[in-house]
Amino acid sequence: MKFLSEYRDQKAAEQLAGAIRRKVTRPWTIMEICGGQTHTIVKSGLEDLLPREISLVHGPGCPVCVTPIELIDKAVAIAKRPDVIFCSFGDMLRVPGSTKSLFDVKAEGADVRIVYSPLDALKLAKANPEKQVVFFAVGFETTAPANAMAAWQADHDGIENFSLLVSHVLVPPAMEALLSSENCVVQGFLAAGHVCTIMGFEEYFPIAAKYTVPIVVTGFEPLDILDGILMTVAQLEEGRHEVENQYARAVRREGNRPAQKTIAEVFEVTPREWRGLGEIPASGFQLRGRFQKYDANRRFPFTGIPAHESPDCISGLILQGIKKPHECPAFAVKCTPENPLGAPMVSSEGACAAYYHYGRRQNQLVQPELSGSASR
Amino acid sequence: MADAKISSFSLNCPVPRVADDRIVLAHGGGGRLTHQLIEKIFMPAFSNDMLEQRHDGAVLAVNGSRLAFTTDSFVVRPLIFPGGTIGDLAVFGTVNDLAMCGARPLYLSAGFILEEGLEMETLRTVVASMQEAAAKANVRLVTGDTKVVDKGKGDGVFVNTSGIGLIEANVKGTIGPASVQPGDAVIVSGDLGRHGIAILSVREGLEFESPILSDTDCVWPAVEALLNAGVEVHCLRDLTRGGLATTLNEIAGDRNICIYLEESLIPVEETVQSACEILGLDPLYVANEGRFAVFVPAAQADAALEVVKRIPVSSGSVRVGRVEDSPGRTVVLQSRIGGNRVVDMLSGEQLPRIC
Repeated sequence: MKFLSEYRDQKAAEQLAGAIRRKVTRPWTIMEICGGQTHTIVKSGLEDLLPREISLVHGPGCPVCVTPIELIDKAVAIAKRPDVIFCSFGDMLRVPGSTKSLFDVKAEGADVRIVYSPLDALKLAKANPEKQVVFFAVGFETTAPANAMAAWQADHDGIENFSLLVSHVLVPPAMEALLSSENCVVQGFLAAGHVCTIMGFEEYFPIAAKYTVPIVVTGFEPLDILDGILMTVAQLEEGRHEVENQYARAVRREGNRPAQKTIAEVFEVTPREWRGLGEIPASGFQLRGRFQKYDANRRFPFTGIPAHESPDCISGLILQGIKKPHECPAFAVKCTPENPLGAPMVSSEGACAAYYHYGRRQNQLVQPELSGSASR
Repeated sequence: MADAKISSFSLNCPVPRVADDRIVLAHGGGGRLTHQLIEKIFMPAFSNDMLEQRHDGAVLAVNGSRLAFTTDSFVVRPLIFPGGTIGDLAVFGTVNDLAMCGARPLYLSAGFILEEGLEMETLRTVVASMQEAAAKANVRLVTGDTKVVDKGKGDGVFVNTSGIGLIEANVKGTIGPASVQPGDAVIVSGDLGRHGIAILSVREGLEFESPILSDTDCVWPAVEALLNAGVEVHCLRDLTRGGLATTLNEIAGDRNICIYLEESLIPVEETVQSACEILGLDPLYVANEGRFAVFVPAAQADAALEVVKRIPVSSGSVRVGRVEDSPGRTVVLQSRIGGNRVVDMLSGEQLPRIC
């Protein structure tokens, strides 16, 4: 396999960082949309290479972070049923609901399984006809085709003991929400490359034009991100606000049409609640038409206590890029990965967890061992 | 919420119940929760000067010689995996813990907990691989025990092994975290992550172009060679559960030091690296069963490398970092592109990411 080292080359990174330094004349705030990009930035210590003028803020592109607490509670309630095998991607298991996470109920005996693909969950349904197999279909446009395909395949094969608990979210409406907020600090975007491999980037043109903001479709390796920052800075310095594609080796303007067709057949656009951000119109997918019979929401009516959120955590500000994780009073003190107050501390893609694990800001070494002692 | 304005986001987050009233899988993961379990439950009950060493094995003075004593339990699934079985793991795991004390492994005990319904053929395979491993490690299995539990109450076979070894006369002082000094070089004995990924690939039905085999092996020959060559060995640690990152964090934490690593020097095979990329795992945290880290004075690092590279089990040894002369209880890694980051201790199981 290639692309493991080519995009992590130190010399090339220094060249790109040098080009950014030469281009910058004043401070700019750039948001990387996707949690995978946040992960790379923090894991590779990429901010060490950037000039002080560039401030990166970490966007809402972490499905674990933005899945609403009500849905976690629903997942937990469904998983607790003795007739259910509950399947999820790994990092959803640790996300705290109102009282419990999926890990907690797994420890209490619920049949919760980590799968790598919704089609694996479908296989489980075929192998366990006496059980109800439920897949937690979260994620952005990137995971939508596979989840759509699972519903399509279940329908095609006439499998009835399978359902999806859907909480799909869409990037462009979230970007618009951020940009139309009066608190918005973002001047340029690194759009999420993998989302665009599916959807293409045509839908970003009106956003760039309306909000006069540069949008650069960017990949996930350190060099991709440096390159994306350089392209964004060039636009900002030159007063341009265009949609550009840094990640051309994976993304085409029109995206992946067959994948889009499958999504359109199975899902329809719906308003969606984002954890920490609130409801955003037309910002998610739900099952449509004949596929609604695979909606776990319908199959397992939820009668739990309404979810409650406490004001202790500032994840909303974090997800909008208004605050950085280490600016939160609870960060690494009351809120740690073992005892997360909010979802961004849970997933490795979450900005708070990324800061905690790899935590280093310019001239400021976060010291979890010292500051975290209060919780231990 | 349907009419919520964008400018009035509800900035909320939940306060979840802390999961400390039950054992969760991460308590066995070797990371923070394992350490909390040790500190909060086991240490208060059993604390003594030998446990306080927090080493892989206890060192006991008996009639003028020093013995090392250790125990380990093995609960791996699947029982038979690419490159090994639970049987050779159980032998090598305990033998390696003894080796990490600078002790020549001599005798093992074996306790089997078998699940009703286990196929006799599976047990035969496991026992045969134990026998082979014991022969390779030159240890004798001198006492044992067998229990059978109801179907559904075990996972086929659980094995516990305890081991006794003799600390070689040429070991001066104590080999362990307490002897680590600023300026020490950190050497790892080969490429990382193969055992964990071999297990995961079977467990999750992942197939790679070339199969990834576990690195399960006896590391005593490498340790013996270091000691015989007169290298001043400060600390030895096998890189099992939690991998290199966890091991180094334990030492950095115990000694209030900072360990500095260079990512570009850390050996990871391309297939393992690819698997980690696909699964969203970090090879620094993935388990090994035939790898160790050794801390030696910087001046002796080249000599130590030359010695261990001649031994098959450690022929892939590489110097990956150094102990800094600054407190901080942290492990810092210089990434390939030249940025720095803290390599923290894992807070739970490493979980595959969504995308």
